[in-house]
Amino acid sequence: MSSSVPSVGDIIVHKEFPPITRHRLALYCGASGDHNPIHVDIDFAKAAGFPDVFAHGMLVMGYLGQALTDAVAPSRIRSFSTRFAAITQLGAKLTCEGTVTELIEQGGEQRAKLALTTKDQNGEIKLAGEAIIAL
Amino acid sequence: MVDQSAVGRAFTPVTARVEPGRLRFFLKTLGETNPVYHEGEAAPVPPTYLFCLEMMDATDGLEFLTALDIDLARVLHGEQRFDYHAPVVVGDTLTFHPRVSSVTDKKGGAMTLIVVDTPVTNQNGVHVADVSRTIVVRNARPS
Repeated sequence: MSSSVPSVGDIIVHKEFPPITRHRLALYCGASGDHNPIHVDIDFAKAAGFPDVFAHGMLVMGYLGQALTDAVAPSRIRSFSTRFAAITQLGAKLTCEGTVTELIEQGGEQRAKLALTTKDQNGEIKLAGEAIIAL
Repeated sequence: MVDQSAVGRAFTPVTARVEPGRLRFFLKTLGETNPVYHEGEAAPVPPTYLFCLEMMDATDGLEFLTALDIDLARVLHGEQRFDYHAPVVVGDTLTFHPRVSSVTDKKGGAMTLIVVDTPVTNQNGVHVADVSRTIVVRNARPS
């Protein structure tokens, strides 16, 4: 990143992920410490009014974070935020993207603002977020 | 229903160590193969991992729900934000200080948005990050 300064409009983050499985949700439950049964126990999910279990928002944000740090070293990320726009269902094939929206000077350094999205295979936005990175 | 009286409410601080074994489990779960995370000692943590550390080492990972009498089945994650001020690496011991910063009713009381802000400090007292979560509570319809 330090050698080439991106331009506004550049898509610098792009990654696709394998379909969300029940197995992945079970692993994430253990690996993340988020033991909310709504993501792994179909009986609990149904009682809560959902047709089935669904992905942890933070698993999806974890994928977005992975896509981001494929492009930008973790030490260069100044902030990372998302809105969880829609529930991510089982089987969803997620694509994460990040586009440079602004180049700014902040905190005594050159930074870029990125607009981030995670969409499923139907193009539905699951996460809409933003990151600020040091260049 | 959670109301304005919850604003300012602080929860039990959580201290968590960035342990390499637990971190490996997380990386494997996400299929993360980026070499930057596999440098061993002093490797950085993925950008969302602070959220996990707090839940893993809390005595009650969902304390804010029990404390505010919120039914887990009615909760969705609305927004999540991380501001990073200093590096967090394997071996660090972090302390999380969660506190309710706002409560907002939406859709005529059908939903309540609760923001919990959590400053994070490391073993040297350095303020390394701020973590902020917005929880959406789907309120029961009045009968």
